[in-house]
Amino acid sequence: MSMISRRKLITTGLLATAGATGLGVAAKLAQHYGLIPPDAGTLYGAGETLTYAAQRLFARHSLAQEFARSQISKDPFANEVDPLGAEFQRIQQGGFADWRLAVDGMVARPASFSLAELQSFPRSTQITLIACEEGWSYIAEWSGVPLGHVLNLVGALPAARYVVYRSFQPDWWDSIDMADALHPQTLLALGMNGAELPIPFGGPLRLRVPRQLGYKNVKYITRLTLTDNLKRFGKGLGSAAPEGGYAWYAGI
Amino acid sequence: MGTITQMTEAVRPRHAALVRVTHWLITLSFLALLVTGVEILISHPRFYWGETGNVNTRAFLTLPIPSSRGTVPTGYGYVLPDQNGWSRYLHFEAAWVAVLTGLIYATFGFLQGHFRRNLIPAASELSPKRLAADILRHLPFRRPSEDETGSYNVLQRLTYLLVIFVLFPLVIWTGLDMSPAFASVFPGAVTVLGGRQSARTLHFFVSIFLVLFLFVHVLMVYLAGFRKRVGAMITGRLAKTGERA
Repeated sequence: MSMISRRKLITTGLLATAGATGLGVAAKLAQHYGLIPPDAGTLYGAGETLTYAAQRLFARHSLAQEFARSQISKDPFANEVDPLGAEFQRIQQGGFADWRLAVDGMVARPASFSLAELQSFPRSTQITLIACEEGWSYIAEWSGVPLGHVLNLVGALPAARYVVYRSFQPDWWDSIDMADALHPQTLLALGMNGAELPIPFGGPLRLRVPRQLGYKNVKYITRLTLTDNLKRFGKGLGSAAPEGGYAWYAGI
Repeated sequence: MGTITQMTEAVRPRHAALVRVTHWLITLSFLALLVTGVEILISHPRFYWGETGNVNTRAFLTLPIPSSRGTVPTGYGYVLPDQNGWSRYLHFEAAWVAVLTGLIYATFGFLQGHFRRNLIPAASELSPKRLAADILRHLPFRRPSEDETGSYNVLQRLTYLLVIFVLFPLVIWTGLDMSPAFASVFPGAVTVLGGRQSARTLHFFVSIFLVLFLFVHVLMVYLAGFRKRVGAMITGRLAKTGERA
């Protein structure tokens, strides 16, 4: 082996080691700062990670645009809802008196709230746009309890990193990171356009995350679970969406 | 003259290595964006103007195609399979490749004089008379003569500049406008176009122009000698007539 090729080999080896170490450090840092989405290991995880990391770095605290009352859509579209079943009908006939929102996981004081209790909490109102991943959209006035208020009430542990939310429809469960969960515009929505939230639009309780697309705004919320590890839920991809081929993060 | 041309070619390839690599990366990502874009589009083949629009709203334009959603009234008696999951994943991944490649290409183009040397036309070429003559000369779709193959003519230069500095930035801008997180940081970028649905509609039309460019571009490459031209964009070397590329 000549000197030059040996030198080349050593340099290449050192550079490769430095590169690999650099990537390793970058991955560790990204993980530490919460820039890696739970579906990062899937087929399109690279693009997904770039999008999520970029939007978390540059849009962590941004506020969704609020519109004028005159811009509220006169013809909002609720989209299809799978049949809710006899049990839902029974609760509905009782004026949703039996509807409960359970909050558990990494919280100091696990709790279960009735709709009446939720309605007694401080309300926040916003006129924001909701867009479906298919492309259509509408603007509505949403009112509800900021999710952050409920998380404070139950004493969310500082180590909690995600809020997993579940629907009355068992196929619909999802999660958001704490940046979205504690965001002032993230609501447990109880009302729409000055009235109670209509059932096709997710009534009696819908999670409203205005900086993400429609499918993250899950309808008929029944349970919140705080966690530091999404691997324990479903197939470990963060929500039902990636299990059906859709991205966990829907800020794009 | 012959020797000078040959000497220059020996020093500088027909296409610089960076132009060749970025060209094919953009080609690959553009094709991925096109296929996935069509898949996403058929889940709602209706367009609106303004901020909002849905199946309860009057459409500004309805494409006469079937949809992958049963909620969209298309007049067809069937619903296509939903391909939005992987299409959206791949659309954004390919967009990252395209944008990052584009940034590298643009940096190179400005720093190394690629735009100045190869794409900006000479002022004298831009007179209406010269332009009209150039257009007339192109209409019969003749194969270019040998001395034309070393550099771009004025119509090529203008077209490439339009694609690089107008259509690509516009398609990125209108695409980003549809991201709710992006819109929360730059609401003005959406509002100035008339709203989110306007941005989506413009995204579609700009894409149509890019596809039109792709067709004309490939047709021109075909007319100019497909193997030779594609070979030049791969190896950087433009084979002489009679030589197999």
